[in-house]
Amino acid sequence: MIRYILKRFFMMILTIWIIATLTFVLMNAIPGSPFNEERTSNEAVQENLERHFNLDEPPIVQYFIYLKSIATLDFGPSIKKPNDTVNDLLARGFPISAELGIIAILVALVSGIILGVLAALRHNGIIDYLAMMIAVLGISIPNFVLATLLIQQLAVNAGFFPVATWQSPMHMILPTLALATGPMAIIARLTRSSMLEVLTQDYIKMARAKGLAPYKVVIKHALKNALMPVVTIMGTLLAGILTGTFVIEKIFAIPGMGKYFVESINQRDYPVIMGTTVFYSAFLVFALFLVDIAYGLLDPRIKLHKEEGN
Amino acid sequence: MKKILEVNDLHVTFSTYGGEIKAVRGVDFDLHEGETLAIVGESGCGKSVTANSIMRLIPSPAGKIANGEIIFKGNDLAKESDKNMRKIRGVDISMIFQDPMTALNPTLTIGNQLTEGLRQHKKVSRKEAEQKALEMLDLVGIPNPKERLKQYPHQFSGGMRQRIVIAIALICEPDLLIADEPTTALDVTIQAQILELFETIQEETNVAIILITHDLGVVAKAADRIAVMYAGKIVESGTKYEVFYQPKHPYTQGLLNSIPRLDQKGERLEPIDGTPPDLFSPPVGCPFTARCPHAMFVCEKVYPLRHEPSETHYADCWLYDERVHTPNLTNKKEETT
Repeated sequence: MIRYILKRFFMMILTIWIIATLTFVLMNAIPGSPFNEERTSNEAVQENLERHFNLDEPPIVQYFIYLKSIATLDFGPSIKKPNDTVNDLLARGFPISAELGIIAILVALVSGIILGVLAALRHNGIIDYLAMMIAVLGISIPNFVLATLLIQQLAVNAGFFPVATWQSPMHMILPTLALATGPMAIIARLTRSSMLEVLTQDYIKMARAKGLAPYKVVIKHALKNALMPVVTIMGTLLAGILTGTFVIEKIFAIPGMGKYFVESINQRDYPVIMGTTVFYSAFLVFALFLVDIAYGLLDPRIKLHKEEGN
Repeated sequence: MKKILEVNDLHVTFSTYGGEIKAVRGVDFDLHEGETLAIVGESGCGKSVTANSIMRLIPSPAGKIANGEIIFKGNDLAKESDKNMRKIRGVDISMIFQDPMTALNPTLTIGNQLTEGLRQHKKVSRKEAEQKALEMLDLVGIPNPKERLKQYPHQFSGGMRQRIVIAIALICEPDLLIADEPTTALDVTIQAQILELFETIQEETNVAIILITHDLGVVAKAADRIAVMYAGKIVESGTKYEVFYQPKHPYTQGLLNSIPRLDQKGERLEPIDGTPPDLFSPPVGCPFTARCPHAMFVCEKVYPLRHEPSETHYADCWLYDERVHTPNLTNKKEETT
């Protein structure tokens, strides 16, 4: 197990390095610089600024300065927000983004699984059709459309919820809903189809032949096996939710990391771009690692390490 | 010996898009303590459906018991509520399935699957349940039961898994064990071991066994009595010796002719030509008429009266009726062909 974790850790570092390098190359490939829009026609001021942020160095030297900042986890000051360092921005934005993301993924998982299981148990019944209708809608409506729709109907017209920002639990409902619906729909459909398959298995019949209570047959025997495909796509869904937060944070004016990420790209704020990208990718890679661990916990046939003697 | 199960005139139907399939059409049999009844027949003759109806495990709402009673220890299981059935399943009646590779849940330990039935039905502590599980594994012949309890199904061979399935079925000490093709998926040596295991278990626990199979070799080894099923009906029933040595029904004779024998070297096996009838609209007469070498005019028209050569032996066939020798009724079919 420890060997597996070490191996995975090494792979994670490698992945992050590749992402960081790609980001650097792309960043330098885009024409323009952070100071293009500045009204200062003073060449001397511009040069001073560039020197201050090491932008006068050749790209290869910049690359190593940049790698060093990743290694030391100190991304330096923001170019556009002179009073903040990148680390300040991350420390301020991440808790909010994490809150939004985690609530959304939990809502998506719980409601998706419940919806899928109910649909499978009432196969071809009214609940099944309703659940699958919700699922198709959830998959086909993009989150930004849903978000504006929710704001328009539930916040502006009906006045049930606040329109934007992130303060009280009431503020959290609409953004969470907008972010969670898509993944929830995917999880519901997947749970339903794999539940339907598992329910025809011999071991389910055997569990019923033991005289077990119906809920035990469904939860203990069927659901555990049916969740494997859901775990498989959790990685992709996590990435989806992560990118979803950029859009949702922008729409609901939530001061999370996504907002800084989008702003930094628009403004060519190099240190912030690097910091957020590396942070996001590290987060995602780590989440994928957790998903793989969850695999082994759910299905004993999947071994994460070689057993002695086998 | 006490009678524990009596099935009277059992009808089971399945409604499908194509119409209603009459899978079981009036089956009667009974079973005593410590006895093994083998239900034999080819695929689709209704033997598994019969077994599943006793457990009330036919897939609903498509399948239902249309008529008949299943009297188990005085109660009619055909009319029992689902809740009461759950108290009977696994406790009084257990079931063993055909394929041990799929009958065990791959994500739960053997110990968990062994003890969950016990813990559901009888108020026992985890420790007591585990103790009982160890005893059962010992009974079915699994070495190192203590370590094996913590293992998962994929760590066992096919024969071992079937032993575990048997242990699970027996852990609540049922009075009736229904084994649905328990050895079909196993190779021959393991088959013999499993059948021997049935024998020892029966000696120790006096459990009654319904053995469902299409393998006459298995029947010869394990059964006391045999019921031969064809197209949803029992066409012949008797003790093992009666059915093997004096088969009355042409279908039983055909089955016995189609298996290889040690004492008749070099002879070709005789298959039964044709296919079983369509159970969407089963024939009114004897369902075997179309494939029967002795078929008569009457066979097609009227279901045969029961011929009973002994108290324990019967066959539904016109061949043994005195009236069939009247010239008007016989040989019409033979003349035309």
